Amino acid sequence: MNNSVISVRNLTKRFGSFTAVDHISFDVSRGEIFGFLGANGAGKTTAMRMLCGLSQPSDGTGLVAGFDIAANPEMVKRNIGYMSQKFSLYEDLSVNDNLTLFATIYGMKNQEIKKRKAELYDFLEMTDIKNSLVRDIPIGWKQRLAFAAATIHNPKVVFLDEPTGGVDPITRRRFWELIYKVSSEGMTVFVTTHYLDEAEYCNRVSIMVDGRIKALDSPNELKLKYGVETMDAVFRKVAEGAQRSE
Amino acid sequence: MDAAIQIEKISKSYGSNHALQDVTFSVNSGEMFGLIGPDGAGKSSLYQILATLSTPDSGTASILGLDTVKDYKALRTKIGYMPDRFSLYPDLSVMENLEFFASLFGVTVKQNFDLIEPIFGQLSKFPKRRAGALSGGMKQKLALSCALIHRPEILLLDEPTTGVDAVSRSEFWDMLADLKKIGITILVSTSYMDEAARCERIAIIDSGRILRIGSEKELTASLGENLFNAVSSNMFALLSALRKLPDVENCYTFGATLHVVTSPDFNPDRAIAKLRDEGIDDVKIFPAKGDIEDLFIKLKNEQ
Amino acid sequence: MNNTLISLVKKEFLHIIRDRRTALITILMPLVLLLLFGYAISTEVNNINVMAVIDFHSDKSREILKKMEVNSYFTFIGLATVEELDDAMKRGDADAGLVMRQSDAQTEYQIIVDASNPNMAKTATAYLTGLIEPAGNSLVTTRTLYNPRLKSSYNFVPGIMGMIFILVCAIMTSVSIVSEKESGTMNLLLVSPIRPAMIIIGKLVPYFVLSCIILAAMLGLSYGLLDIPLNASVFNVILLSMLYIVLALSIGLLVSSIVSTQLAALIVSAMIFMIPIIFFSGMLFPIDNMPQVLQWLSSIIPARWYISALKKLMIQQLPVSYIVHEVTILGFMTLLILVIAIKKFKTR
Repeated sequence: MNNSVISVRNLTKRFGSFTAVDHISFDVSRGEIFGFLGANGAGKTTAMRMLCGLSQPSDGTGLVAGFDIAANPEMVKRNIGYMSQKFSLYEDLSVNDNLTLFATIYGMKNQEIKKRKAELYDFLEMTDIKNSLVRDIPIGWKQRLAFAAATIHNPKVVFLDEPTGGVDPITRRRFWELIYKVSSEGMTVFVTTHYLDEAEYCNRVSIMVDGRIKALDSPNELKLKYGVETMDAVFRKVAEGAQRSE
Repeated sequence: MDAAIQIEKISKSYGSNHALQDVTFSVNSGEMFGLIGPDGAGKSSLYQILATLSTPDSGTASILGLDTVKDYKALRTKIGYMPDRFSLYPDLSVMENLEFFASLFGVTVKQNFDLIEPIFGQLSKFPKRRAGALSGGMKQKLALSCALIHRPEILLLDEPTTGVDAVSRSEFWDMLADLKKIGITILVSTSYMDEAARCERIAIIDSGRILRIGSEKELTASLGENLFNAVSSNMFALLSALRKLPDVENCYTFGATLHVVTSPDFNPDRAIAKLRDEGIDDVKIFPAKGDIEDLFIKLKNEQ
Repeated sequence: MNNTLISLVKKEFLHIIRDRRTALITILMPLVLLLLFGYAISTEVNNINVMAVIDFHSDKSREILKKMEVNSYFTFIGLATVEELDDAMKRGDADAGLVMRQSDAQTEYQIIVDASNPNMAKTATAYLTGLIEPAGNSLVTTRTLYNPRLKSSYNFVPGIMGMIFILVCAIMTSVSIVSEKESGTMNLLLVSPIRPAMIIIGKLVPYFVLSCIILAAMLGLSYGLLDIPLNASVFNVILLSMLYIVLALSIGLLVSSIVSTQLAALIVSAMIFMIPIIFFSGMLFPIDNMPQVLQWLSSIIPARWYISALKKLMIQQLPVSYIVHEVTILGFMTLLILVIAIKKFKTR
């Protein structure tokens, strides 16, 4: 049985003589919240770009949502969701128009779009604001909407790139509750963050240092292994030896 | 009076957006003062006013006794300003950037290199690298070096640690502590609430208003009274269950535990028993020490 | 303070040099345009394929034939009968024919031209008439002033120069200022103790120098390759162009103080300044032929005055006293735009 939604073996990316991502291997299973941590310049962004089908690996293989990231990046893109810190929404369109637009981009049929939007409004408690312009809604709602736009096509896995940067503590927590909710319904969540308290909420966490995965386990196991109390301390211990910081 | 920065009832609106409303606080000479709040709270608007780039609609601000509106010319040599995003020339090299900013203030890099040497550190290994090709942490160090090169008395740092990893962030705070030691007054803003502990005093800002001012200790002293940690193997289920308990006023995730804000009547043992009835049998509840995040959540909920 | 200016200028040159592609385009594009209009896109008519039909031979006809053969505007195909000429014209092998007949001791000339290209037809007629006339006893003598060989490149050089400087100065200056606004570095410049005027000068000087390099290259090309007669007015052409460059720089400055994104700077500079130049500067369409309203409109386009003055200096080779009017207007425009731009340049 293969329950993994992301399966990566020896994934490598070289830029000239520089190896940004150096033979990383891991699996992420269905419904898992996978925290992808690393110091700046550790190769997180490069690895994530490869997993999203935006960049060809130099070496190694990766299967995401059942498709090979090297051979079939278009199918990978179609079957994943992606949300970045800069919520890529159209500020001058309404909430509803934004969702319709993203659904159309993913080639969904009208009926399907209607159904899925209704589901999302209900799920995200956004029904009241669906006709507001995006620029008029508070940042917490924007974040939810960006999430809705990234998952409107019901992807098997959603990649969240620092989704909570700069957001206030309450909104940040609400967003994590949302992540719990979708993962309990079977969606895989692949998330990067600089807030190490958020790493505690992940099922498993990987920490990249200098292009390699230096640690990968559940937060509890990691804390036990490194003999510390918090993920923050784990991160410090793991990232301490980092050679490259650029 | 020994206030390096004095902000008096400042309000500023952009159209219908009230970026700052009646903001008042002061920063003592030689102090490390933190302005803490989420994005959009008004931090950058305040920095723009202090850096003499914009004028308040009402109220006054003075730095070292100089008014930010009237005496802006005299003020500009005394402050070092680092804006909220990387604002150096990406197509110029590390050294070219530094030399350029030195020349703007009529100083040479050599003259003041001693001040920035500890910060510049690693950067001096590749003086010819283009600034745009640096990593987040390095860019931030270069930006701080450029803001310091004219030996300002006051440092205005607007979200210097945003988007920077935890290790680099804590290194950065160590550098700020060293700068404070040599007598530079620092006003630093951040959206990372855990960084409050690195400041002598902080002001919590949200939606253009200052909610609280004080040291982290003072501000969080009273939080521990009705605050508990709760853990179990299934945290999400626990969270929902706790929220339904009668004496629980609020419950939210807090790193590895949940923080439970309760009424004075809350009895941990009773709660554990109740949760066991609901099928969550490995719950541990123990007293918690509140921090700035707890305070922020509390203040927001009171509103 | 001078040191500050030097480092501002140095920094700006570094920006220009580091963006090699843009720098190259900026310098090469004017030259390519000039060569393109000077050589390739020529409205003058060369190589007219011409046939002659002659039913008698005389000294005069021989003289005309000889002229046809040696004239560089014509390619003489040969003698033919009327039918052959007709055929050749239908096939497109001949563009024009000259028929000479003797009747009553008078020589009758008939010029036949292919008017499917009216411009060519007109020119061919004129050329052929010119061949015949000196041979006959015509009373009309034509003298082509200023551009005796009717070279169209002469006309285009001032036009292209009028366009290029707006392009280089206005667009590049505004984009470079606005990009600093976008990246936030402008804020850092403003919070430093240097005066805003210094920031402006620091921006203008490099692009002024760059424009002068382009000016030199364009003039070199015009006088060297395009055979525009070199004379004492070159110095005045340079001075006039420098005035125009300053004007264009001020426009760039003004644009940068109005817009806040590089894209907007590009669009405003291109739409508001480039397109009217093409239409209203007299480069492609003579202004005198335009409706009165458009003529008025054209008079607010700086390029119109520059091009007009440049034509007088470069092509008509008139003394400076003939361009006082244009220079006055350009000077006034420069001052006005510069004052508005500096006023609008936000210091805080």
